[in-house]
Amino acid sequence: MQEEQVKLLGLWFSPFVRRVEWALKFKGIEYEYVEEDLTNKSSLLLTSNPVHKKVPVLLHNGNPIVESLVIIEYIDENWKQNPILPQDPHERAKARFWANFIEQKITEAMRTALVTQGEQQEKVVKELKEAMEVLEGEAAAKLNDKTLFFGGKNGLGYVDIVLGWICNWVEVIEEVGGFKVLDPQKQPHIHKWMANFVEVPLIKPTLLPKEKMVVCFQMVRQAHLGLAAKK
Amino acid sequence: MAAISLQTATMAEEVKLFGTWASPFSRRIEVALKLKGVQFEYIEENLSNKSPALLEYNPVHKKIPVLVHNGKPVAESLVILEYIDETWKHNPILPTDPYEKAIARFWAKYIDDKLWPAATKVLVSKGEEQKGVTEEIQEQLKTLESELKGKKFFGGESLGFVDIAANIIVFLLVAQEALGLMEILTEEQFPVLHEWYQRLVDDAVFKECVPPRERHLGFFKVRFGSSTASK
Repeated sequence: MQEEQVKLLGLWFSPFVRRVEWALKFKGIEYEYVEEDLTNKSSLLLTSNPVHKKVPVLLHNGNPIVESLVIIEYIDENWKQNPILPQDPHERAKARFWANFIEQKITEAMRTALVTQGEQQEKVVKELKEAMEVLEGEAAAKLNDKTLFFGGKNGLGYVDIVLGWICNWVEVIEEVGGFKVLDPQKQPHIHKWMANFVEVPLIKPTLLPKEKMVVCFQMVRQAHLGLAAKK
Repeated sequence: MAAISLQTATMAEEVKLFGTWASPFSRRIEVALKLKGVQFEYIEENLSNKSPALLEYNPVHKKIPVLVHNGKPVAESLVILEYIDETWKHNPILPTDPYEKAIARFWAKYIDDKLWPAATKVLVSKGEEQKGVTEEIQEQLKTLESELKGKKFFGGESLGFVDIAANIIVFLLVAQEALGLMEILTEEQFPVLHEWYQRLVDDAVFKECVPPRERHLGFFKVRFGSSTASK
């Protein structure tokens, strides 16, 4: 069997990187992790991702793949054990639809809420709450005592891996940004899903202490607000 | 499993596409269905008076395009393209190799995440802001062009996923002409991309799936006419 060389360029506090790590661990793929420094990006990062110059970057036998969702689909298609996406084309389309929804309406919106304030932040937070309502509806329809995850009978799936970052990051961003979108009363099914997700054996050891993340994201927020003030 | 596939292949396929004549996202789906020779019923939606069917098939976004295959809906244009490719396997739109597929997905995403927002912005901005966005688009086209070198299409010998996604460029050029804006895709600045563009619009299938020119020019004049800057 050919020796696979799998390398992941990442940042310890990036939810996009963490997703890729979860996908690799889910498949039982051995990989080398390389911590990047945003203030001093490695030449490997810059040549692997010349267009965006961002992490995560997966290098498979020297070939770079970038963008977390693209990487996860690549992992799923290249290593066939423990499928992440369903087999049926219509089920795959639904999984991709929800992954896109999460990215556009929740992930991107949380990023904006982190680095804005006042009216601008209020607008995004309102949209976030609406998006969480929609996601709660989907969770209520899909999940129950027998089906704990969006991946269904197979346990974890694509949507779980794409959404999972909220378990470790949303509370942090809420605290730093000074707003609230998570509400156990309004989103009981999402909260139940979160409680189950963090207990999954491959997920649990990857979760980071809140305090460490708060310090990091406070710096991110201050840096962005500082830049905005100068404009 | 084989018996079921055979049954599905010979059973009358009911394929419906909900779209609008001026939407590049809707037109992408037409290209894919025609490339595969899939018979479909087209339903023109009125976006200011959306049909109950559309609202039922895409309750989350209430947007077109939506593909309905034997009663099951699929939404989001790139998700629909992947669904079409996985369901009707002849004349593939995406490469079979996982790495090549990842590259195709990266560029389609680039077009939707970067080029599309810039293209819509350039039509509504004025003066210095418009100049800035135009330069942004030129940078993006340069980046796309570097991916194309040596190939007839992004998909290789024939139209593929990225070429279909790049139909946005056609719409941008028509809009620029309608509004008297500076021509962006000149042969001098983008010799390779310009040649690709000619091949794209001359392609037998692709050219059936662009809005009728005069009507399209008129559409942009009415929609964006009052906010244009002069050459």
